[in-house]
Amino acid sequence: MLELSGVNTHIGQYHILQGVDVVVRQNELTMLLGRNGAGKTTCLRTIMGLWRASAGTIRYDGREIQQLETPDIARLDIAYVPENMGIFAGLTVRENLLLAARSGPPDEKRLERIFALFPAMKKFLDSAAGNLSGGQKQMLAISRAIVEPRKLLLVDEPTKGLAPAIIAAMIEAFRELKRETTLLVVEQNFQFARSLGDAVAVMDSGRIVHTGAMRDLAADEALQQRLLGLSLEAHQ
Amino acid sequence: MKKHDWLPLALIAGLALAAFAFVPSTPTWLTLTVAGLAMGMMIFMMASGLTLVFGLMDVMNFAHGAFISVGAYAAASVLIALKGGMQAPSLAENLMAMAPALAAAVAVAGILGWIFERVVIRPVYGDHLKQILVTMGGLIVVEQLIHVVWGPDMIPLPRPATITGSVLIGDAAIERYRILAVLVGLAVFAALWIVLNRTRLGLLIRAGVENTEMVESLGYRVRRLFVGVFVAGSALAGLGGVMWAMYQESVTAGMGMQMMVVIFIVIIIGGMGSVGGCFVGALLVGLMANYIGYLAPKLALGSNILLMVLILLWRPRGLYPASKA
Repeated sequence: MLELSGVNTHIGQYHILQGVDVVVRQNELTMLLGRNGAGKTTCLRTIMGLWRASAGTIRYDGREIQQLETPDIARLDIAYVPENMGIFAGLTVRENLLLAARSGPPDEKRLERIFALFPAMKKFLDSAAGNLSGGQKQMLAISRAIVEPRKLLLVDEPTKGLAPAIIAAMIEAFRELKRETTLLVVEQNFQFARSLGDAVAVMDSGRIVHTGAMRDLAADEALQQRLLGLSLEAHQ
Repeated sequence: MKKHDWLPLALIAGLALAAFAFVPSTPTWLTLTVAGLAMGMMIFMMASGLTLVFGLMDVMNFAHGAFISVGAYAAASVLIALKGGMQAPSLAENLMAMAPALAAAVAVAGILGWIFERVVIRPVYGDHLKQILVTMGGLIVVEQLIHVVWGPDMIPLPRPATITGSVLIGDAAIERYRILAVLVGLAVFAALWIVLNRTRLGLLIRAGVENTEMVESLGYRVRRLFVGVFVAGSALAGLGGVMWAMYQESVTAGMGMQMMVVIFIVIIIGGMGSVGGCFVGALLVGLMANYIGYLAPKLALGSNILLMVLILLWRPRGLYPASKA
Protein backbone atom coordinates (compact mmCIF):
# COMPACT_ATOMS: atom_id res chain seq x y z
CA MET A 1 0.00 0.00 0.00
CA LEU A 2 2.83 2.38 0.91
CA GLU A 3 6.39 1.91 -0.26
CA LEU A 4 9.37 4.12 0.41
CA SER A 5 12.38 3.47 -1.82
CA GLY A 6 15.73 5.13 -1.21
CA VAL A 7 14.11 8.14 0.46
CA ASN A 8 16.49 10.88 1.51
CA THR A 9 15.48 13.99 3.44
CA HIS A 10 17.60 17.01 4.23
CA ILE A 11 16.58 19.56 6.85
CA GLY A 12 18.79 22.57 6.36
CA GLN A 13 22.34 21.28 6.33
CA TYR A 14 21.41 18.03 8.08
CA HIS A 15 20.98 14.81 6.12
CA ILE A 16 18.31 13.06 8.19
CA LEU A 17 16.89 10.24 6.07
CA GLN A 18 19.68 8.46 4.22
CA GLY A 19 17.98 6.07 1.84
CA VAL A 20 14.96 4.73 3.69
CA ASP A 21 13.34 1.61 2.22
CA VAL A 22 10.18 0.42 3.90
CA VAL A 23 6.93 -1.24 2.83
CA VAL A 24 3.60 -0.93 4.64
CA ARG A 25 1.18 -3.65 3.64
CA GLN A 26 -2.55 -3.14 3.41
CA ASN A 27 -4.60 -3.99 6.53
CA GLU A 28 -1.50 -4.38 8.64
CA LEU A 29 -0.18 -2.32 11.50
CA THR A 30 3.48 -1.61 10.85
CA MET A 31 5.53 -0.37 13.77
CA LEU A 32 8.42 1.97 13.07
CA LEU A 33 10.85 1.66 15.97
CA GLY A 34 14.23 3.12 16.80
CA ARG A 35 16.05 5.24 19.31
CA ASN A 36 15.63 9.00 19.62
CA GLY A 37 16.97 10.85 16.62
CA ALA A 38 16.87 7.81 14.35
CA GLY A 39 14.65 9.63 11.84
CA LYS A 40 11.23 8.10 12.60
CA THR A 41 9.34 11.39 12.87
CA THR A 42 11.13 12.72 9.79
CA CYS A 43 10.01 9.63 7.95
CA LEU A 44 6.32 10.29 8.72
CA ARG A 45 6.65 14.01 7.96
CA THR A 46 8.31 13.21 4.65
CA ILE A 47 5.47 10.84 3.72
CA MET A 48 3.01 13.67 4.51
CA GLY A 49 5.00 16.15 2.42
CA LEU A 50 5.68 18.36 5.44
CA TRP A 51 9.35 17.93 4.64
CA ARG A 52 10.39 17.24 1.06
CA ALA A 53 12.20 14.09 0.07
CA SER A 54 15.42 15.19 -1.62
CA ALA A 55 15.77 11.80 -3.34
CA GLY A 56 13.92 8.52 -3.64
CA THR A 57 10.28 7.67 -4.25
CA ILE A 58 7.22 7.29 -2.05
CA ARG A 59 4.52 5.17 -3.72
CA TYR A 60 1.03 5.01 -2.28
CA ASP A 61 -1.73 2.96 -3.86
CA GLY A 62 0.38 2.65 -6.99
CA ARG A 63 1.21 6.34 -7.52
CA GLU A 64 4.22 8.43 -6.60
CA ILE A 65 3.33 11.05 -4.02
CA GLN A 66 6.66 12.58 -3.03
CA GLN A 67 6.06 15.65 -5.19
CA LEU A 68 2.53 16.29 -3.96
CA GLU A 69 1.60 19.07 -1.55
CA THR A 70 0.54 18.07 1.97
CA PRO A 71 -3.21 18.78 1.44
CA ASP A 72 -3.18 16.64 -1.71
CA ILE A 73 -1.51 13.81 0.17
CA ALA A 74 -4.08 14.08 2.97
CA ARG A 75 -6.86 13.96 0.39
CA LEU A 76 -5.62 10.53 -0.72
CA ASP A 77 -7.25 9.38 2.55
CA ILE A 78 -4.09 9.50 4.60
CA ALA A 79 -4.52 10.75 8.16
CA TYR A 80 -1.62 11.98 10.25
CA VAL A 81 -1.35 12.26 14.02
CA PRO A 82 1.86 14.16 14.82
CA GLU A 83 4.04 13.66 17.86
CA ASN A 84 2.70 16.85 19.47
CA MET A 85 -0.84 15.69 18.62
CA GLY A 86 -1.56 18.87 16.65
CA ILE A 87 -4.92 19.52 18.29
CA PHE A 88 -6.40 23.00 17.97
CA ALA A 89 -6.37 24.12 21.60
CA GLY A 90 -8.62 27.14 21.10
CA LEU A 91 -11.31 25.08 19.37
CA THR A 92 -13.72 22.76 21.15
CA VAL A 93 -13.51 18.99 20.82
CA ARG A 94 -16.57 19.16 18.55
CA GLU A 95 -14.95 21.80 16.34
CA ASN A 96 -11.75 19.74 16.10
CA LEU A 97 -13.81 16.79 14.87
CA LEU A 98 -15.89 18.94 12.50
CA LEU A 99 -12.77 20.31 10.90
CA ALA A 100 -11.35 16.85 10.28
CA ALA A 101 -14.55 15.73 8.54
CA ARG A 102 -13.84 17.23 5.13
CA SER A 103 -16.94 15.94 3.40
CA GLY A 104 -19.44 17.53 5.78
CA PRO A 105 -20.78 16.96 9.29
CA PRO A 106 -19.43 13.73 10.81
CA ASP A 107 -21.53 10.61 10.42
CA GLU A 108 -23.48 9.96 13.65
CA LYS A 109 -22.73 6.24 13.69
CA ARG A 110 -19.07 6.92 13.28
CA LEU A 111 -19.15 9.46 16.07
CA GLU A 112 -20.84 6.94 18.34
CA ARG A 113 -18.09 4.46 17.55
CA ILE A 114 -15.46 7.08 18.44
CA PHE A 115 -17.29 7.81 21.69
CA ALA A 116 -17.34 4.09 22.45
CA LEU A 117 -13.57 3.97 21.95
CA PHE A 118 -12.93 7.19 23.84
CA PRO A 119 -15.85 8.08 26.17
CA ALA A 120 -14.04 11.23 27.30
CA MET A 121 -14.60 12.73 23.85
CA LYS A 122 -18.37 12.64 24.37
CA LYS A 123 -18.08 14.02 27.87
CA PHE A 124 -15.93 16.96 26.80
CA LEU A 125 -17.47 17.51 23.36
CA ASP A 126 -18.10 21.21 23.93
CA SER A 127 -15.00 21.89 26.04
CA ALA A 128 -11.97 23.70 24.68
CA ALA A 129 -9.48 21.10 23.49
CA GLY A 130 -6.71 23.02 25.25
CA ASN A 131 -8.30 22.16 28.61
CA LEU A 132 -8.05 18.39 28.08
CA SER A 133 -5.45 16.25 29.84
CA GLY A 134 -2.51 14.85 27.86
CA GLY A 135 -4.21 11.47 27.41
CA GLN A 136 -7.48 13.07 26.34
CA LYS A 137 -5.63 15.23 23.83
CA GLN A 138 -4.09 12.09 22.34
CA MET A 139 -7.55 10.51 22.18
CA LEU A 140 -8.84 13.61 20.39
CA ALA A 141 -5.94 13.54 17.94
CA ILE A 142 -6.72 9.92 17.06
CA SER A 143 -10.48 10.54 17.00
CA ARG A 144 -9.91 13.36 14.57
CA ALA A 145 -7.84 11.10 12.33
CA ILE A 146 -10.66 8.53 12.11
CA VAL A 147 -13.72 10.81 12.10
CA GLU A 148 -14.05 9.82 8.45
CA PRO A 149 -12.81 6.51 7.05
CA ARG A 150 -9.17 6.78 6.03
CA LYS A 151 -7.13 4.21 4.14
CA LEU A 152 -3.87 4.86 5.98
CA LEU A 153 -3.15 6.28 9.43
CA LEU A 154 0.29 7.65 10.28
CA VAL A 155 0.63 7.98 14.03
CA ASP A 156 3.69 9.41 15.76
CA GLU A 157 4.37 8.14 19.31
CA PRO A 158 0.79 7.75 20.52
CA THR A 159 1.86 6.65 24.02
CA LYS A 160 4.40 9.39 24.66
CA GLY A 161 3.96 10.81 28.15
CA LEU A 162 0.81 8.82 28.86
CA ALA A 163 -0.06 7.04 32.12
CA PRO A 164 -0.18 3.19 32.02
CA ALA A 165 -3.98 3.14 32.34
CA ILE A 166 -4.33 5.41 29.33
CA ILE A 167 -1.84 3.31 27.37
CA ALA A 168 -4.00 0.25 28.05
CA ALA A 169 -7.01 2.13 26.65
CA MET A 170 -4.94 3.13 23.64
CA ILE A 171 -4.00 -0.49 22.96
CA GLU A 172 -7.68 -1.41 22.90
CA ALA A 173 -8.44 1.50 20.59
CA PHE A 174 -5.66 0.56 18.16
CA ARG A 175 -6.90 -3.05 18.12
CA GLU A 176 -10.24 -1.69 16.92
CA LEU A 177 -8.58 0.58 14.36
CA LYS A 178 -6.57 -2.30 12.92
CA ARG A 179 -9.82 -3.91 11.80
CA GLU A 180 -10.70 -1.10 9.41
CA THR A 181 -7.52 0.54 8.22
CA THR A 182 -3.81 0.30 7.58
CA LEU A 183 -1.49 1.90 10.12
CA LEU A 184 2.11 3.02 10.30
CA VAL A 185 2.90 3.84 13.91
CA VAL A 186 6.11 5.33 15.26
CA GLU A 187 6.65 4.11 18.79
CA GLN A 188 9.30 3.91 21.48
CA ASN A 189 7.29 1.81 23.92
CA PHE A 190 8.19 -1.72 22.91
CA GLN A 191 5.47 -3.33 25.01
CA PHE A 192 2.88 -1.28 23.16
CA ALA A 193 4.51 -2.05 19.83
CA ARG A 194 4.73 -5.76 20.56
CA SER A 195 1.09 -6.05 21.57
CA LEU A 196 -0.20 -4.41 18.38
CA GLY A 197 2.30 -4.65 15.54
CA ASP A 198 1.95 -7.05 12.63
CA ALA A 199 5.14 -5.90 10.95
CA VAL A 200 8.09 -3.91 12.20
CA ALA A 201 10.77 -1.70 10.75
CA VAL A 202 13.63 -0.48 12.88
CA MET A 203 15.50 2.72 12.07
CA ASP A 204 18.94 3.86 13.06
CA SER A 205 20.83 6.94 11.88
CA GLY A 206 18.36 7.68 9.10
CA ARG A 207 18.28 4.16 7.66
CA ILE A 208 16.10 1.10 8.04
CA VAL A 209 18.26 -1.52 9.75
CA HIS A 210 15.67 -4.26 10.19
CA THR A 211 12.30 -5.22 8.75
CA GLY A 212 10.18 -8.27 9.41
CA ALA A 213 7.28 -9.69 11.38
CA MET A 214 6.73 -8.23 14.83
CA ARG A 215 6.27 -11.68 16.34
CA ASP A 216 9.78 -12.64 15.21
CA LEU A 217 11.33 -9.58 16.84
CA ALA A 218 9.21 -10.10 19.97
CA ALA A 219 10.52 -13.64 20.27
CA ASP A 220 14.18 -12.75 19.82
CA GLU A 221 15.52 -10.86 22.84
CA ALA A 222 19.05 -10.75 21.51
CA LEU A 223 17.82 -9.09 18.33
CA GLN A 224 15.75 -6.63 20.36
CA GLN A 225 18.77 -5.76 22.45
CA ARG A 226 20.96 -5.31 19.38
CA LEU A 227 18.46 -3.20 17.44
CA LEU A 228 16.78 -1.19 20.16
CA GLY A 229 19.40 -1.23 22.92
CA LEU A 230 18.99 1.56 25.44
CA SER A 231 15.59 2.64 24.23
CA LEU A 232 14.29 -0.85 24.92
CA GLU A 233 15.56 -0.74 28.51
CA ALA A 234 14.03 2.68 28.98
CA HIS A 235 10.58 1.72 27.81
CA GLN A 236 10.10 -1.88 28.85
CA MET B 1 -11.40 35.01 22.05
CA LYS B 2 -11.20 32.75 25.10
CA LYS B 3 -14.62 31.75 26.33
CA HIS B 4 -15.74 33.27 29.63
CA ASP B 5 -12.77 35.59 29.86
CA TRP B 6 -14.57 38.82 30.60
CA LEU B 7 -11.74 40.68 32.34
CA PRO B 8 -10.52 42.55 29.22
CA LEU B 9 -14.10 43.63 28.49
CA ALA B 10 -14.41 44.81 32.08
CA LEU B 11 -11.29 46.85 31.44
CA ILE B 12 -13.21 48.96 28.90
CA ALA B 13 -15.93 49.64 31.45
CA GLY B 14 -13.29 50.24 34.13
CA LEU B 15 -11.49 52.79 31.96
CA ALA B 16 -14.74 54.61 31.22
CA LEU B 17 -15.69 54.64 34.91
CA ALA B 18 -12.25 55.83 35.95
CA ALA B 19 -12.51 58.67 33.44
CA PHE B 20 -15.95 59.52 34.82
CA ALA B 21 -14.31 60.26 38.15
CA PHE B 22 -11.89 62.75 36.61
CA VAL B 23 -13.90 64.43 33.83
CA PRO B 24 -15.70 67.38 35.44
CA SER B 25 -19.13 66.99 33.82
CA THR B 26 -21.25 64.09 32.69
CA PRO B 27 -22.07 65.55 29.23
CA THR B 28 -18.34 66.03 28.55
CA TRP B 29 -17.65 62.47 29.68
CA LEU B 30 -20.40 61.14 27.43
CA THR B 31 -19.09 63.12 24.45
CA LEU B 32 -15.56 61.84 25.07
CA THR B 33 -16.76 58.28 25.53
CA VAL B 34 -18.68 58.23 22.24
CA ALA B 35 -15.74 59.88 20.50
CA GLY B 36 -13.42 57.23 21.95
CA LEU B 37 -15.70 54.38 20.93
CA ALA B 38 -16.04 55.81 17.39
CA MET B 39 -12.29 56.17 17.08
CA GLY B 40 -11.83 52.65 18.42
CA MET B 41 -14.30 51.21 15.92
CA MET B 42 -12.52 52.86 13.00
CA ILE B 43 -9.15 51.61 14.24
CA PHE B 44 -10.66 48.14 14.63
CA MET B 45 -11.82 48.16 11.00
CA MET B 46 -8.32 49.06 9.87
CA ALA B 47 -6.51 46.63 12.21
CA SER B 48 -8.67 43.48 12.13
CA GLY B 49 -7.36 42.25 8.79
CA LEU B 50 -3.75 42.74 9.80
CA THR B 51 -4.09 40.71 12.98
CA LEU B 52 -5.61 37.80 11.04
CA VAL B 53 -2.88 37.98 8.40
CA PHE B 54 -0.25 37.81 11.12
CA GLY B 55 -2.03 35.03 12.99
CA LEU B 56 -2.69 32.88 9.96
CA MET B 57 0.58 33.11 8.05
CA ASP B 58 2.95 34.82 10.46
CA VAL B 59 3.36 37.68 7.98
CA MET B 60 4.46 41.10 9.23
CA ASN B 61 2.79 43.40 6.74
CA PHE B 62 3.89 47.00 7.28
CA ALA B 63 2.23 47.91 3.98
CA HIS B 64 -1.22 47.50 5.48
CA GLY B 65 -1.35 51.30 5.70
CA ALA B 66 -1.25 51.46 1.90
CA PHE B 67 -4.65 49.76 1.73
CA ILE B 68 -6.03 52.33 4.16
CA SER B 69 -4.82 55.24 2.02
CA VAL B 70 -5.80 53.73 -1.33
CA GLY B 71 -9.27 52.84 -0.03
CA ALA B 72 -9.75 56.41 1.17
CA TYR B 73 -8.57 57.87 -2.15
CA ALA B 74 -10.79 55.54 -4.19
CA ALA B 75 -13.79 56.58 -2.10
CA ALA B 76 -12.82 60.25 -2.34
CA SER B 77 -12.81 60.02 -6.14
CA VAL B 78 -16.34 58.60 -6.11
CA LEU B 79 -17.57 61.10 -3.53
CA ILE B 80 -16.18 64.03 -5.51
CA ALA B 81 -17.99 62.73 -8.60
CA LEU B 82 -21.18 62.37 -6.55
CA LYS B 83 -20.81 65.70 -4.79
CA GLY B 84 -24.46 66.60 -5.39
CA GLY B 85 -25.68 63.53 -3.55
CA MET B 86 -23.35 64.24 -0.62
CA GLN B 87 -24.57 67.79 -0.25
CA ALA B 88 -28.27 67.04 -0.64
CA PRO B 89 -30.27 67.53 2.56
CA SER B 90 -31.71 64.04 2.26
CA LEU B 91 -30.34 61.02 4.13
CA ALA B 92 -31.38 58.71 1.30
CA GLU B 93 -29.45 60.74 -1.29
CA ASN B 94 -26.44 60.92 1.04
CA LEU B 95 -26.48 57.16 1.48
CA MET B 96 -26.88 56.68 -2.29
CA ALA B 97 -23.64 58.62 -2.70
CA MET B 98 -21.83 56.93 0.18
CA ALA B 99 -22.69 53.37 -0.77
CA PRO B 100 -20.75 53.34 -4.08
CA ALA B 101 -17.89 55.21 -2.40
CA LEU B 102 -17.61 52.59 0.34
CA ALA B 103 -17.92 49.83 -2.27
CA ALA B 104 -15.13 51.44 -4.30
CA ALA B 105 -12.91 51.67 -1.21
CA VAL B 106 -13.47 48.01 -0.37
CA ALA B 107 -13.03 46.84 -3.98
CA VAL B 108 -9.91 48.87 -4.81
CA ALA B 109 -8.19 48.07 -1.49
CA GLY B 110 -9.12 44.39 -1.89
CA ILE B 111 -7.73 44.22 -5.42
CA LEU B 112 -4.56 46.00 -4.31
CA GLY B 113 -4.28 43.47 -1.47
CA TRP B 114 -4.59 40.58 -3.89
CA ILE B 115 -1.85 42.01 -6.15
CA PHE B 116 0.31 42.79 -3.14
CA GLU B 117 0.03 39.26 -1.78
CA ARG B 118 1.03 37.73 -5.10
CA VAL B 119 3.84 40.12 -5.98
CA VAL B 120 5.32 41.28 -2.68
CA ILE B 121 4.34 38.92 0.15
CA ARG B 122 4.48 35.50 -1.53
CA PRO B 123 8.23 35.51 -2.22
CA VAL B 124 9.05 36.29 1.42
CA TYR B 125 6.92 33.81 3.38
CA GLY B 126 8.73 32.64 6.49
CA ASP B 127 11.30 35.43 6.56
CA HIS B 128 10.32 38.24 8.94
CA LEU B 129 13.25 40.49 8.14
CA LYS B 130 12.55 40.41 4.41
CA GLN B 131 8.83 40.88 5.10
CA ILE B 132 9.52 44.06 7.07
CA LEU B 133 11.86 45.41 4.41
CA VAL B 134 9.71 44.67 1.36
CA THR B 135 6.42 45.69 2.93
CA MET B 136 7.89 48.97 4.19
CA GLY B 137 9.22 49.49 0.67
CA GLY B 138 5.83 48.59 -0.76
CA LEU B 139 4.13 51.14 1.48
CA ILE B 140 6.48 53.88 0.26
CA VAL B 141 5.95 52.88 -3.39
CA VAL B 142 2.15 52.93 -3.02
CA GLU B 143 2.33 56.32 -1.31
CA GLN B 144 4.30 57.71 -4.23
CA LEU B 145 1.90 56.12 -6.71
CA ILE B 146 -0.95 57.90 -4.91
CA HIS B 147 0.92 61.17 -5.50
CA VAL B 148 1.20 60.27 -9.19
CA VAL B 149 -2.49 59.34 -9.60
CA TRP B 150 -4.22 61.80 -7.26
CA GLY B 151 -1.55 64.49 -6.83
CA PRO B 152 0.50 65.41 -3.78
CA ASP B 153 -2.04 67.72 -2.14
CA MET B 154 -4.45 66.84 0.60
CA ILE B 155 -7.99 66.28 -0.71
CA PRO B 156 -10.80 67.77 1.42
CA LEU B 157 -13.53 65.24 2.07
CA PRO B 158 -16.66 66.79 3.56
CA ARG B 159 -19.08 64.53 5.39
CA PRO B 160 -22.56 63.91 3.97
CA ALA B 161 -24.91 66.80 4.73
CA THR B 162 -27.28 64.86 6.99
CA ILE B 163 -24.44 63.23 8.92
CA THR B 164 -22.72 66.49 9.85
CA GLY B 165 -23.53 68.25 13.08
CA SER B 166 -24.50 66.79 16.41
CA VAL B 167 -27.43 65.37 18.26
CA LEU B 168 -28.10 66.36 21.84
CA ILE B 169 -28.41 63.61 24.41
CA GLY B 170 -29.26 65.49 27.57
CA ASP B 171 -26.65 68.24 27.63
CA ALA B 172 -24.12 66.17 25.70
CA ALA B 173 -23.48 66.98 22.06
CA ILE B 174 -22.73 63.79 20.15
CA GLU B 175 -21.50 64.11 16.57
CA ARG B 176 -23.75 62.23 14.17
CA TYR B 177 -20.76 60.91 12.25
CA ARG B 178 -19.36 59.30 15.39
CA ILE B 179 -22.62 57.48 15.96
CA LEU B 180 -22.44 56.26 12.35
CA ALA B 181 -18.83 55.10 12.91
CA VAL B 182 -19.86 53.16 16.02
CA LEU B 183 -22.72 51.50 14.13
CA VAL B 184 -20.54 50.58 11.14
CA GLY B 185 -17.81 49.28 13.47
CA LEU B 186 -20.31 47.14 15.38
CA ALA B 187 -21.70 45.79 12.11
CA VAL B 188 -18.18 44.87 10.92
CA PHE B 189 -17.38 43.20 14.25
CA ALA B 190 -20.67 41.28 14.21
CA ALA B 191 -20.06 40.13 10.64
CA LEU B 192 -16.53 39.01 11.47
CA TRP B 193 -17.71 37.26 14.64
CA ILE B 194 -20.38 35.36 12.74
CA VAL B 195 -17.98 34.33 9.99
CA LEU B 196 -15.28 33.25 12.45
CA ASN B 197 -17.56 31.47 14.93
CA ARG B 198 -20.52 30.22 12.95
CA THR B 199 -19.10 29.09 9.62
CA ARG B 200 -16.78 26.37 8.42
CA LEU B 201 -14.60 29.02 6.79
CA GLY B 202 -14.23 30.71 10.18
CA LEU B 203 -13.39 27.38 11.79
CA LEU B 204 -10.63 26.90 9.22
CA ILE B 205 -9.29 30.41 9.81
CA ARG B 206 -9.24 29.94 13.60
CA ALA B 207 -7.55 26.57 13.24
CA GLY B 208 -5.08 28.00 10.73
CA VAL B 209 -4.14 30.78 13.14
CA GLU B 210 -3.25 28.08 15.70
CA ASN B 211 -1.49 25.50 13.57
CA THR B 212 -1.18 26.00 9.82
CA GLU B 213 0.71 22.76 9.28
CA MET B 214 -1.98 20.65 10.94
CA VAL B 215 -4.73 22.28 8.89
CA GLU B 216 -2.80 21.33 5.76
CA SER B 217 -2.35 17.81 7.12
CA LEU B 218 -6.14 17.57 7.36
CA GLY B 219 -6.34 18.24 3.62
CA TYR B 220 -7.04 21.97 3.42
CA ARG B 221 -5.07 24.41 1.29
CA VAL B 222 -4.09 27.10 3.76
CA ARG B 223 -2.37 29.17 1.07
CA ARG B 224 -5.71 29.78 -0.68
CA LEU B 225 -7.33 30.55 2.64
CA PHE B 226 -4.58 33.03 3.35
CA VAL B 227 -5.07 34.84 0.04
CA GLY B 228 -8.77 35.18 0.87
CA VAL B 229 -8.04 36.51 4.35
CA PHE B 230 -5.41 38.88 2.99
CA VAL B 231 -7.84 40.31 0.42
CA ALA B 232 -10.64 40.59 2.99
CA GLY B 233 -8.26 42.26 5.45
CA SER B 234 -7.11 44.73 2.79
CA ALA B 235 -10.73 45.49 1.88
CA LEU B 236 -11.56 46.13 5.54
CA ALA B 237 -8.55 48.43 5.78
CA GLY B 238 -9.95 50.33 2.79
CA LEU B 239 -13.31 50.62 4.52
CA GLY B 240 -11.65 51.79 7.72
CA GLY B 241 -9.59 54.23 5.64
CA VAL B 242 -12.60 55.96 4.12
CA MET B 243 -14.38 56.10 7.49
CA TRP B 244 -11.26 57.61 9.04
CA ALA B 245 -10.83 60.06 6.15
CA MET B 246 -14.41 61.30 6.54
CA TYR B 247 -13.80 61.60 10.27
CA GLN B 248 -10.72 63.74 9.54
CA GLU B 249 -12.55 65.39 6.60
CA SER B 250 -9.48 65.03 4.42
CA VAL B 251 -7.43 62.44 2.58
CA THR B 252 -3.63 62.36 2.44
CA ALA B 253 -1.26 59.79 1.00
CA GLY B 254 0.48 59.47 4.37
CA MET B 255 -2.65 58.74 6.41
CA GLY B 256 -2.15 54.98 6.21
CA MET B 257 1.45 55.16 7.36
CA GLN B 258 0.44 57.49 10.21
CA MET B 259 -2.13 54.96 11.40
CA MET B 260 0.26 52.02 11.40
CA VAL B 261 1.76 52.80 14.82
CA VAL B 262 -1.62 52.81 16.53
CA ILE B 263 -2.72 49.73 14.54
CA PHE B 264 0.32 47.78 15.71
CA ILE B 265 -0.32 48.91 19.29
CA VAL B 266 -3.90 47.63 18.98
CA ILE B 267 -3.00 44.21 17.61
CA ILE B 268 -0.23 43.77 20.19
CA ILE B 269 -2.59 44.76 23.02
CA GLY B 270 -5.29 42.44 21.67
CA GLY B 271 -2.99 39.46 21.14
CA MET B 272 -1.65 38.93 17.64
CA GLY B 273 -4.05 36.86 15.57
CA SER B 274 -7.10 37.54 17.73
CA VAL B 275 -10.01 39.49 16.20
CA GLY B 276 -11.79 39.69 19.57
CA GLY B 277 -8.61 41.01 21.18
CA CYS B 278 -8.19 43.49 18.35
CA PHE B 279 -11.73 44.78 18.97
CA VAL B 280 -11.19 45.25 22.71
CA GLY B 281 -7.72 46.71 22.13
CA ALA B 282 -9.04 49.22 19.60
CA LEU B 283 -11.77 50.40 21.94
CA LEU B 284 -9.28 50.77 24.80
CA VAL B 285 -6.92 52.77 22.59
CA GLY B 286 -9.74 54.98 21.27
CA LEU B 287 -11.10 55.72 24.74
CA MET B 288 -7.65 56.28 26.24
CA ALA B 289 -6.67 58.71 23.47
CA ASN B 290 -9.83 60.78 24.00
CA TYR B 291 -9.83 60.81 27.80
CA ILE B 292 -6.12 61.60 28.11
CA GLY B 293 -6.34 64.09 25.24
CA TYR B 294 -8.90 65.99 27.28
CA LEU B 295 -7.50 65.55 30.79
CA ALA B 296 -3.76 65.82 30.10
CA PRO B 297 -3.11 66.80 26.47
CA LYS B 298 0.66 66.70 26.93
CA LEU B 299 0.45 63.01 27.80
CA ALA B 300 -1.83 62.14 24.88
CA LEU B 301 1.00 61.10 22.58
CA GLY B 302 2.41 58.55 25.01
CA SER B 303 -0.86 57.36 26.54
CA ASN B 304 -1.35 54.44 24.16
CA ILE B 305 2.24 53.31 24.61
CA LEU B 306 1.66 53.42 28.37
CA LEU B 307 -1.56 51.44 27.92
CA MET B 308 0.31 48.83 25.88
CA VAL B 309 3.05 48.55 28.50
CA LEU B 310 0.55 48.10 31.32
CA ILE B 311 -1.45 45.49 29.45
CA LEU B 312 1.66 43.55 28.46
CA LEU B 313 2.83 43.59 32.07
CA TRP B 314 -0.52 42.04 32.97
CA ARG B 315 -0.84 39.71 29.98
CA PRO B 316 2.47 39.44 28.14
CA ARG B 317 0.89 37.88 25.02
CA GLY B 318 -1.95 40.37 24.83
CA LEU B 319 -5.54 40.36 26.07
CA TYR B 320 -6.75 37.37 24.06
CA PRO B 321 -3.69 35.64 22.63
CA ALA B 322 -4.41 33.16 19.85
CA SER B 323 -3.24 29.66 20.83
CA LYS B 324 -0.17 28.86 18.76
CA ALA B 325 1.19 25.40 18.14
